[in-house]
Amino acid sequence: MHTILRSGKKEVTIGIDKPFVIIGEKINPTGNKKLAAALQEGRFDFARQLAERQVAWGADALDINVGVPGLDEVAAVVKVVTAAAESVDVPLCLDSANPDVLRAGLKAAPGKPLVNSVSGEEKRLEAILPLVKERGAAVIGLTMDDNGIPKTPEERVAVAEKILQRAAKMGIPIEDVIIDPLVLTVGSDSKAALVTLQTIELIRKEFDVNINLGASNVSFGLPDRLTVNQTFLAMAIQAGATCSITDPIKLGTTIRASDLLLGRDNYAARFIKYFRNTEALREQGAEPAKV
Amino acid sequence: MSEQLFQKMAQSIIDGDSDAAVALARESIATGIHPLDAITKGFVMGVNTVGDAFGRGEAFLPELVMAGEAMKAAVATLDPELKRRGSERKILGKVVIATVEGDIHEIGKSLVATMFGASGFDVYDLGVDVAPDKIIGKAIEVNADIIAMSALLTTTMVKQKEVIEELEKEGLRGKFKVMVGGAPVTRDWVKAIGADGYSEDAIGAVTAAKQLVGVA
Repeated sequence: MHTILRSGKKEVTIGIDKPFVIIGEKINPTGNKKLAAALQEGRFDFARQLAERQVAWGADALDINVGVPGLDEVAAVVKVVTAAAESVDVPLCLDSANPDVLRAGLKAAPGKPLVNSVSGEEKRLEAILPLVKERGAAVIGLTMDDNGIPKTPEERVAVAEKILQRAAKMGIPIEDVIIDPLVLTVGSDSKAALVTLQTIELIRKEFDVNINLGASNVSFGLPDRLTVNQTFLAMAIQAGATCSITDPIKLGTTIRASDLLLGRDNYAARFIKYFRNTEALREQGAEPAKV
Repeated sequence: MSEQLFQKMAQSIIDGDSDAAVALARESIATGIHPLDAITKGFVMGVNTVGDAFGRGEAFLPELVMAGEAMKAAVATLDPELKRRGSERKILGKVVIATVEGDIHEIGKSLVATMFGASGFDVYDLGVDVAPDKIIGKAIEVNADIIAMSALLTTTMVKQKEVIEELEKEGLRGKFKVMVGGAPVTRDWVKAIGADGYSEDAIGAVTAAKQLVGVA
């Protein structure tokens, strides 16, 4: 199954037979005080730089979140979306819990954007799915509902099914719904990653839809987080995940290597190209550690 | 002699060894050590050690979780003896704690709740995604000293403010101290919403809570 996203001119296809799609996560002021301050001061150059930098490092699409307390997010999302769309030609992913912010972002975004996210919660289903349908966008569905995040893979699959059914009822094509099986940290529950991996396999088998992954939660509270994140991502790709909202600078090389090892990269062309591109970036003094 | 036992107790917590902690708790009861001494001179020392190491980035989340579980097991073992002696552990204060409505982040909140409990607070953990009226209702019901709220999202932080506003509206603001925490929470935010206490981490939260109830 193929989920197609579009920017102004470019098309990105998410699918199990395609290279894994990287959705750059860095335009998000949570935990980025510099970006939060810039947005509050009405400066959008920093967001633009983050957009360019992530695309240079291999991001296929960009997540855009403007959640700063006290900020007029509806106005800000339009500015940031416009700035990003002017500077890079990749599809955008609008990231907010606020339907008004999503509506404004969807309107400003070119092509066919992605919405992050809906869940099995009634309130979210009712508020978000109509926006997705109206705009002809794609949407990420989180496998949690009004009772929280289910503990078992089977229960998470049931939530995924609910989201898919509600989307279908609304007239949203199944290929435009990407399921996110959610990852909790193995720092507080050592089975947390395993549950997610099993959920990915089940969802792939049951519905064959595309699967998104937030890969950096998994290592919270642990040392050497990068290794844990990289290893988990590789395992999740093997299990059937097809895209991730993540840091292309830190995890791009793991993703390209996973594609190569799974036979999705003829003559290792993408892997080698990625190596050359990022080698050049590193030589320019843009080490991942400094981001 | 009991000094040695206290040290072993602390070590069992540091090791996150619930079985050892329970065995040591039983041993202390058998040798007639006051359970309160076992807790404050023994087990809590271990919690403090792990907590400090976590604060310095030298211990990690799973170790803190294990230490918390061992502490719980030790206290549960000592509890009947405490009751028998009619000397309940001194409670520093009552805390109602929750992650705010719309937010399902659990770890930080649970960590703080565990540390509060281990440090001598009576903790009512309402879980995640808890509506303001539920938080306030529980605080009234148990006559809490502190309401502690976690929010991990910039979009759900506003609920911390809502709870404080609601308390003000109901004329209850003076009745409870309010603590807030979570990754996006800053000192400016704490000031802006008029909260009483805040910390960057679970260990600091205990210090802040002790200050709020006047025992630090």
